[in-house]
Amino acid sequence: MTPTQWDFPVELCCRPMAFVTLTGLDVVYNAVHRAVWDAFCANRRADRVPISFKVLPGDHEYPKCRTKRTSYEWYIPKGILKTGWMNKHLNLVPALVVVFYELDWDEPQWKEKQSECATRVEIVRQSLQGRNTKVAVVLIQKKTPLPPGEDVIASERASALCNACDLSGKSLFVLPHTDHLVGYIIRLENAFYEHAQTYYYTEIRRVKTHKEFLNKTTHQLLFVRHQFKIAFFSELKQDTQNALKNYRTAYNLVHELRAHETNMLEIKTMAGFINYKICRLCFQHNTPLDAIAQFRKHIDLCKKKIGSAELAFEHAAWMSKQFQAFGDLFDEAIKLGLTAIQTQNPGFYYQQAAYYAQERKQLASMLCNHDSSVIYPNPDPLETQTGVLDFYGQRPWRQGILSFDLSDPEKEKMGILSLQLKEKNVLHSELIITLLSNAVAQFKKYKCPRMKSHLMVQMGEEYYYAKDYAKALKLLDYVMCEYRSEGWWTLLTSILTTALKCSYLMAQLKDYITYSLELLGRASTLKEDQKSRIEKNLIKVLMNESPDPEPDCDAAAVKASQKLWADRVSLAGSNVFTIEVQDFIPFVQCKAKFLAPSFHVDVPVQFDVYLRADCPHPIRFSKLCISFNNQDYNQYCVVEEAYQKSDILEQSSQGTMCLVPGKTRKFTFKFVAKTEDVGKKIEITSVDLILGSESGRCVILNWRGGGGDAASSQEALQAARSFRRRPKLPDNEVHWDSLTVQASTMIISRVPNISVQLRHEPPALTNEMYCLIVTVQSHEETVAKDVKLTAGLKPGQDANLTQKTQVTLRGTDTCDDSFPALLPDIPVGDLQPGQKLEKPIYIRCGTVGARMFLVYVSYLINTVVEGKEILCKCHRDETVTIETVFPFDVAVKFVSTKLEHLDRVFADIPFLLMTDILSASPWPLTIVTSQLQLSASMTPVDQLESYVENVVLQTGESASECFCLRCPPVTNASGVATGCYIISWKRSSPVESVPVVNTVITLPHVIVESIPLHVNADLPSFGRVRESLPVRYHLQNKTNLVQDVEVSVEPSDAFMFSGLKQIRLRILPGTQQEMLYNFYPLMAGYQQLPSLHVNLLRFPNFTNQLLRRFIPTHIFVKVRLWEVPCV
Amino acid sequence: TVHTSLDVVDEKISAMGKALVDQRELYLGLLYPTEDYKVYGYVTNSKVKFVMVVDSSNTALRDNEIRSMFRKLHNSYTDIMCNPFYNPGDRIHSRAFDNMVNSMMMQVC
Repeated sequence: MTPTQWDFPVELCCRPMAFVTLTGLDVVYNAVHRAVWDAFCANRRADRVPISFKVLPGDHEYPKCRTKRTSYEWYIPKGILKTGWMNKHLNLVPALVVVFYELDWDEPQWKEKQSECATRVEIVRQSLQGRNTKVAVVLIQKKTPLPPGEDVIASERASALCNACDLSGKSLFVLPHTDHLVGYIIRLENAFYEHAQTYYYTEIRRVKTHKEFLNKTTHQLLFVRHQFKIAFFSELKQDTQNALKNYRTAYNLVHELRAHETNMLEIKTMAGFINYKICRLCFQHNTPLDAIAQFRKHIDLCKKKIGSAELAFEHAAWMSKQFQAFGDLFDEAIKLGLTAIQTQNPGFYYQQAAYYAQERKQLASMLCNHDSSVIYPNPDPLETQTGVLDFYGQRPWRQGILSFDLSDPEKEKMGILSLQLKEKNVLHSELIITLLSNAVAQFKKYKCPRMKSHLMVQMGEEYYYAKDYAKALKLLDYVMCEYRSEGWWTLLTSILTTALKCSYLMAQLKDYITYSLELLGRASTLKEDQKSRIEKNLIKVLMNESPDPEPDCDAAAVKASQKLWADRVSLAGSNVFTIEVQDFIPFVQCKAKFLAPSFHVDVPVQFDVYLRADCPHPIRFSKLCISFNNQDYNQYCVVEEAYQKSDILEQSSQGTMCLVPGKTRKFTFKFVAKTEDVGKKIEITSVDLILGSESGRCVILNWRGGGGDAASSQEALQAARSFRRRPKLPDNEVHWDSLTVQASTMIISRVPNISVQLRHEPPALTNEMYCLIVTVQSHEETVAKDVKLTAGLKPGQDANLTQKTQVTLRGTDTCDDSFPALLPDIPVGDLQPGQKLEKPIYIRCGTVGARMFLVYVSYLINTVVEGKEILCKCHRDETVTIETVFPFDVAVKFVSTKLEHLDRVFADIPFLLMTDILSASPWPLTIVTSQLQLSASMTPVDQLESYVENVVLQTGESASECFCLRCPPVTNASGVATGCYIISWKRSSPVESVPVVNTVITLPHVIVESIPLHVNADLPSFGRVRESLPVRYHLQNKTNLVQDVEVSVEPSDAFMFSGLKQIRLRILPGTQQEMLYNFYPLMAGYQQLPSLHVNLLRFPNFTNQLLRRFIPTHIFVKVRLWEVPCV
Repeated sequence: TVHTSLDVVDEKISAMGKALVDQRELYLGLLYPTEDYKVYGYVTNSKVKFVMVVDSSNTALRDNEIRSMFRKLHNSYTDIMCNPFYNPGDRIHSRAFDNMVNSMMMQVC
């Protein structure tokens, strides 16, 4: 028997196809025949009919048909199914034999050829004697045939040929060898297929007829056999529905068989076959649930049918095979488009198969533990004469024996023994691993990560048993991470134990140490004594000795590994192992903690490293060092103790370098930060704990960051959540869970010991040189060197402010726009202790609004920290917000000489410009001077001198000025620029040096209008009652034309007058006419003068209204001089 | 078996979690049947998972009974959690809980 005795035979697993043989084709020497054959077998895609072809010589001997039994009365079957039967019908007995013959219809030697063909058919018939196999003839012709019915010779000769060969017309075909070969072939195929189906149909009928002769008592086996045959023929016929039905019946019949230890294997084998067929067909029909149900039923029925107890492993092997085969079928169906789900996928079946394979292994190791003295029986009871079995599932040494009692117990014993010995040589682990890896692949596909890890553990263990330790370690390592992250400590411990064994057996130092570390750690659930043993081993390894072997290891393997360890010991070098801790849970825990989140640079940086061991015995370490992101500090943070090799076993807990289990040890480190690191973060990048020494073996435990391993973050979370009262501890100890890792700290600059004060008088006035006095006083104990002052607009404000703000140190002269808004690093010199320094800063603000100003003082100072002198940079800053306001409001108006408001002025006629300065400043202002700068188009009437010189304005006070101006006639109608008004002012502060600010106010434009006639009156400022009042009117022609003027005077009640009452006169261009009147006031008081009316004939819109502007309408009349005393 | 059932629970929760977090049914029902066992799952709102493995030959247990068993289990689990002396994450050492589980087992078997 082959090792694959449990595998299903090939003919069972393939898809049965109708078998057709082709004869008369010479594919080797005849090109035409070759082409025909190629067309048959090339490109057999799914759309072609399912036929398997075979070329055989015409005189091929087909398997002989046994003479048909007419009665089954005395027939006792020897087994269920013969091993050769399926193959016989798949590959040996054809459904149809096709005879190819080259013959054209117009063949000249027709007679001879016809008889030769008939002979050939006869030969084929002879060799098929007794079978129902059909025979067909294909004539290979060179000419294209005419349409049927037209070729008279053809139809004549065809019928003649049929007669000669004893064929029906349907079995004669013509294959013209022309261009459309493939097309003809496909048509031929279809015809063959029909014939084959008929053949199989008759076969099914034939088998069915046997049934009538059977009886239930003796022919039970035949019931199964026939049913199976019918189903198989149906499959060959491609009638899968009926095949399935028949297989199901056959399956039920198999289980009706009387089962006994002797035929159990046969029954199971057949049940397995039939079940396989059923499941296969169910998947093919896309009814996977049926397949699964059938398989369940099958397993339920067969689970208990163990058979011979001595060969129980066979049952396990068989079960395993069932599951595996179903898994394969399932997987195949998925590849063809079936969708599986998480809870129903091939993985489960592979897993079950693996489970049974494991059981088989166990049973085998139990049943087959013969001494090596037991020799394989001779002659081999497993040998048969033919080399193969006659029936599926029978014992080779008693084939065909149906009786349930053993005729030859001795032979039986030898048979069993030989099977057991065979089983011993089977590589179970390999089988199991293959199945498991299949299952793992499936579970990976269907998102079952935990199932996957579970199986991977099993795989790892199996590799361990198979002594493939490297692979086992690889798998276990992978799974360990998952269990570690999910916190399955018990599982993790057992995996680790296996892994430790593997690494021991391979003498893998680093792995051995790593696993030991973790097994000693708090995550391991090992017992104390175990831990103690492992720790002792670990110490041995650290001292470059061989550890004791792990328990439960294969003795031979231990021997081999001890040699390896010895080699390792003698091997010098490469004895330093760095182990990254954050991926697992070692027995030493570490937490590093800076005492504060930030340190000033003049204070030493302090931090504590807490270590805690979870192992059963105290352990010494040789060195503890801490690395920082700035490596310069590393040298300060090392604890080292050189100890003798012998010390390591003296378990004194006194030494500083000794970690006592369960106790937290604290190491405090202190160092002075560098001044360059001000403003930077100092981070602990790693903590290294070195176990062992360079002389022996040295293990560096490397914690990244401030300590913590794979489990610590979760533990911290749990500790934070828990309400557990912390037990009271002595003062010098701390509770481990309450420690938190603080792996980084900031270095910040030294606290400045100076004061900065700002003195100023807000608000600032626009464009003023605003004085800000900065007072810096040192409270340092030593000299503050290199004091620098930065002052100005605080950066980060509106960009427009930057342009409209200037800062300078010199307040005596006004600065312009080129000055900066911020003066950086003004050197001030050194400051002695207690010295005070004042610095005025002048700020000019061009616009109103609030501004933030920054004053920043920095200096250097020497300090001594921990006996080390360092130069610290300190700084202090002050900000102040200053509001800027307008110092005053200036109002400008134009008035006539009569102080009447003017919205336009008249050319050449004098008018007044009045300015009003209203102080808006909260501080008194001194107007130094004011100045009117007239534009070219304006001319002053008299001297332009300031009337407000040195006037001091309090808040809300105002100062006014007035200037008399005249404007020559202009042609421009829109307006004339007046000029500007410049006010020079300053704050009336005691400081003399404050510069004068010139504020320029642009005067408004004024509309100038020219008038044709200007009248002005020349009259005294007052009159007296009954005293003559001479009035002279000047009429001036301003045009280039001669003007006709009508002048009239209307009398007034208050006056008598003499002069021309009404006149018409002419005034030449540029000249003036004088009119003299004598008014005689009659009443005292403010009296209306007789009004003058002027009428210009050429300018009708020159109205008296306009005239009123120029000439007075009223006059004050005083009483007579002598009347005054009476009043 | 439990390995897979946890996988299934994960899948079920993540599938449901998006849709209805609030009105989630705690009882997940039959997670999956194997040859020998039926596995039922139950997840509390704080994602504590209960898994019950029942012999598949035991047909007396209907879905409703399983559900009420889970309810009971959940209630007594809540009681443990309410115990101020219990530390979350520790092993459960509670006589009341053990008795409850035992009585449930007795009832079934």
